[in-house]
Amino acid sequence: MNCERLKKTAKKGFFAQFSWAFFLFDMNKETKNIKKLIIDQSLELDCGKTIKDFPLAYETYGTLNKSKTNAILVFHALSGDQFVTNINPITKKKGWWTTAVGPGKAIDTDKFFVICVNVLGGCMGSFGPKEINPETNELFATTFPVITIKDMVKAQIYLLEHLGINKLLSVTGGSMGGMQVLQFASLYPDKTYSAIPIACSASHSAQNIALNELGRQAIMADPNWNKGNYFKTNLSPDKGLAVARMAAHITYLSDKGLQEKFGRKLQVKGNLKFSFDADFQIESYLRHQGSVFVDRFDANSYLYITRAMDYFDLTKQFNGNLANAFKKTKTKFCVISFSSDWLYPTKENKEIVIALNASGANVSFVEINSDKGHDSFLLDIPEFLKTLGEFINSNYKEFNNETRI
Amino acid sequence: MKQEFNVISQIIQNNKRVLDIGCGDGTLMQYLKSNQQNDVRGLEPQKNLVQKCIAKGLSVIEGDAEKELVQFPNKSFDYAVLSQTLQAFLTPEEVLKQLLRIGKQTIVSIPNFGYWKVRLHLLFKGTMPITKNLPNEWYNTPNLHMCTIQDFVNFCNKKNIKINRSLCLTNEKISEITNKNMFYKNMLSQLGIFLIQ
Repeated sequence: MNCERLKKTAKKGFFAQFSWAFFLFDMNKETKNIKKLIIDQSLELDCGKTIKDFPLAYETYGTLNKSKTNAILVFHALSGDQFVTNINPITKKKGWWTTAVGPGKAIDTDKFFVICVNVLGGCMGSFGPKEINPETNELFATTFPVITIKDMVKAQIYLLEHLGINKLLSVTGGSMGGMQVLQFASLYPDKTYSAIPIACSASHSAQNIALNELGRQAIMADPNWNKGNYFKTNLSPDKGLAVARMAAHITYLSDKGLQEKFGRKLQVKGNLKFSFDADFQIESYLRHQGSVFVDRFDANSYLYITRAMDYFDLTKQFNGNLANAFKKTKTKFCVISFSSDWLYPTKENKEIVIALNASGANVSFVEINSDKGHDSFLLDIPEFLKTLGEFINSNYKEFNNETRI
Repeated sequence: MKQEFNVISQIIQNNKRVLDIGCGDGTLMQYLKSNQQNDVRGLEPQKNLVQKCIAKGLSVIEGDAEKELVQFPNKSFDYAVLSQTLQAFLTPEEVLKQLLRIGKQTIVSIPNFGYWKVRLHLLFKGTMPITKNLPNEWYNTPNLHMCTIQDFVNFCNKKNIKINRSLCLTNEKISEITNKNMFYKNMLSQLGIFLIQ
């Protein structure tokens, strides 16, 4: 098990952590070879509970330069994980952002040091509902504390400390990743030179909460869910989680994108089967999306992370004035939205821009034309990737100049 | 860089905050940023131009001045710059009001419809004038509210807008407009550049 620890507190509680690590090794065999940092400092969560000695799983790409000016922290979205690019060692599939991150890509790993952390509440090795509660020796399941975007972001600071990075070149991410960008930039204005929130919102809309609730209800309606204790029965709520994923997947696409890709095309040419099998290609596509998702995602994690998204309201954190979230910030922002994204529409992205302008912050904004809906940020859309890459590169030059002075 | 931008950059003092409305590919912004240490922001409606600006490291927002200017706080910039765009707005008066609110001072340049070639074109050809500064036909021109230097000065007087400087450009030559030479300048200049507040 590749557990790294904070040096300064290495002596304290060594044995306790050793046994903790042993449990993880035992219960999460598939995640044993991933990089983990055990945070042995206390983190007070928004819900009021305090957590300590918890694991954060992460991955890095590229090399940190001597002056430590090339580090980019990428935040993943709801269904993502720390494996941004290359082959994901657990799923054996390509990382979720290989279009944007890699050698020679917009976020060039030959040049930049890219870090990504599996969020709190996640299921790829970080502290989440499928971890063991040392007090009961059982999985946390639904006894896991309800976490927030702010909690996720605060936890990641420990990793930056561990890596010795005082100030990042950039923080970026799409969707829930973008929310973390906003929260990070607001909490730690001096810890990043630039911030790129993509296809996101400063507070989750009623529509988004409704869609997340649909997913949660699908999971909870599955009898296998067993109030979250499915590990006791060895039956997992695959059907519920698959339905949640299918519904969510529709929201990541667009009407036009769906129509162009699938239209009314049939699975078997020519004939309707007059049954409830998947006649249409779109049906079998969604069923496929659902079934591959359950192989890699934990249903309870899905509940916790969607809850964190719903609770996200940066405007409320600043008493109704979002501009105050970015007061006196020197961070350079580049907000990017997509024309066909109806989940986090341009209008909501623009509200972030308006708030940044009202606070006098340094902000760029562009809406990228795309028919691919919310998923656009994950796809090979040259205009988007060009903007992303060029913004980061221009900041890299400026940041290096700034540090030299 | 075109002469108009030279004039504008000379008006702008170093180390000031500037908002360039309709910043295009960011030529003026780039110059102000690197040569005069100005803290510059831009607003531009065309996506491809916004992307060009971002690539240059300039902070530019995609958007239409008629909708977007309201978001900027009062006097949040030392200068608000509007180069040859006032005539293209549906509500130029509203836009100007916003500029004067946002900028401690505002720089506005206008293509002069009182230029002698324009006048002669209309007088003798009897068709809508097409010149170097006004290259479009009447049916595809973005210019909705053309005015002359005299019109603009009259407008400022009527609305109690203080004109701190008025300059004009003819074939790259710069000169000051005064009350005395107004009649001639209004006829001989292709472009008027005003510093107002």
